[in-house]
Amino acid sequence: MLPRYSPLSSSVRLYEVGFHEIVDFFYRLAEAADRLREEGLWMAYGPEVLPERLEVPERGTLRVKYGFPVYQKGGVVMDVTNVEQAQIAEEAGATAVMVLDKLPYDVRRSGGVARMADVRVIEEVMNSITIPVMAKVRIGHYYEALILEEIGVDMIDESEVLTPVDEKHHINKWLFKVPFVNGARSLGEALRRIVEGASMIRTKGEAGTGNVAEAVRHMKLIMGEIWQLRGLPAEERLRRARELGVPVELVDLTARLGRLPVVNFAAGGIATPADAALMMWLGADGVFVGSGIFKSGDPRERAEAIVLATSMWDDPESVAEAQRMVSEQKSMMGLDIRRLKPEELLQVRGAEA
Amino acid sequence: MRIGVLGYQGGVYEHVYMLRRALEELGYTGEVIVVKKPGQLEGLDGIVIPGGESTTMGVLARRTGVLERLRDSIRGGLPAMGTCAGAIMLAERVRDRVVGETGQPVIGAMRIEVVRNYFGRQRDSFEADLEVEGLDSPFRGVFIRSPAILSAEPPARITAWLDTGQAKVGVAAVQGPHIATAFHPELTGDTRIHRMWLRVIKK
Repeated sequence: MLPRYSPLSSSVRLYEVGFHEIVDFFYRLAEAADRLREEGLWMAYGPEVLPERLEVPERGTLRVKYGFPVYQKGGVVMDVTNVEQAQIAEEAGATAVMVLDKLPYDVRRSGGVARMADVRVIEEVMNSITIPVMAKVRIGHYYEALILEEIGVDMIDESEVLTPVDEKHHINKWLFKVPFVNGARSLGEALRRIVEGASMIRTKGEAGTGNVAEAVRHMKLIMGEIWQLRGLPAEERLRRARELGVPVELVDLTARLGRLPVVNFAAGGIATPADAALMMWLGADGVFVGSGIFKSGDPRERAEAIVLATSMWDDPESVAEAQRMVSEQKSMMGLDIRRLKPEELLQVRGAEA
Repeated sequence: MRIGVLGYQGGVYEHVYMLRRALEELGYTGEVIVVKKPGQLEGLDGIVIPGGESTTMGVLARRTGVLERLRDSIRGGLPAMGTCAGAIMLAERVRDRVVGETGQPVIGAMRIEVVRNYFGRQRDSFEADLEVEGLDSPFRGVFIRSPAILSAEPPARITAWLDTGQAKVGVAAVQGPHIATAFHPELTGDTRIHRMWLRVIKK
């Protein structure tokens, strides 16, 4: 049997609190923001218009925005650049694809400005597969996000892999009906993104390196910080909330749940089935794989193997079978993160906000 | 009572949470387990197939050898509840609104025809109050990239309808001890559908 990672590992997936109560929390947060605005008190973030609960049938409610990532859990979201790769991903059992112009590894090598993928390519992918299609926008780029919402992308990744347009602010995601996923390196970053309206969080890791070390560091840091919160008395949690720059209610909820209140994936440098299983063992709800699949010599087998290892992470026999499906000689070569210059690190982008 | 939740992917723990609450509310003693390997199908009184991506679940269930065993058990009378992707897995006939025939591995135990992504993409995901046969007040249906049940042949029958303005489509169906819903009762905190199913199993 597998050793437990931490005393938190059981509460990470098994909720003590129902999904409906978590969504009600966000409704109440939104209501509070709306009331404060009515009373003329400033509140930096929150929906411009209070989401209505009663109009039937109603689209884009908070419940369907937070609900969408629930159905990605235990799954693998694969980066693809064209229809052919998207079909390989679907056949292998990916739960969604992420459409990019260039894989993160190539973004690194080519330099220059990395932007949203071609709208036509995204639309072609949407018309050729049955699973959800996600796409990346630059940090702070409202209009790339508006375009993606307009064409009907299922989820938007406001991603540090692309070149940020706003170093100080992220997109106010409450303004959109499409759900967003954001990267985080620490609990503070994760909770600030949630306050901005993110429906899902992923670790940043260091994309395009084939080295999972940074993703491990970020996941352990986030889990460790949550673990610490659980032991704090109320007044210390209040102080911590001020340090993190988020409402104390959100800190209290996170402490009570023993996990982030939204779906939390691992991303950045995952290249093998064992990498994926490791991230699941550390408490991830699922994984994003970027360059790891289509920059390897055996993408079809590797995609299937990573799907198997992610879902069956708690069964070493299945993970071994998954690892047997791939060849280390065909894994992407990878980059040593210590050799990267500070300005080459993608993970620091957007961290100040 | 021993209830399994097919645990590869999707809203697995949301169902575990709801089933535990439903068992408690009914005063039944029982346990809820997560099923990923063939051996875990032994001694189950019911199996829930959660929402998620039906293609992913099918691929994994086939690879682990669960698909065949589960198909035999459910066709042999093991009560099943399928929500969203779970309803797709239970259906005999499946196609996709955009790409058509999918040829994906399914269980195919209920005589219903399901169309994947019937209501459109995530931006078309919605909530609506539904009249569900057997419940005395409306049930809040949460539809996330949901399928629709276009037809049912006896012994299956449609037990909830949704009027989209253009058409009236089925969103829940029963066949003996099996229930399929196009929506997600596990996201509402309302355990009535889970309780209804558990009561059927208990008989």
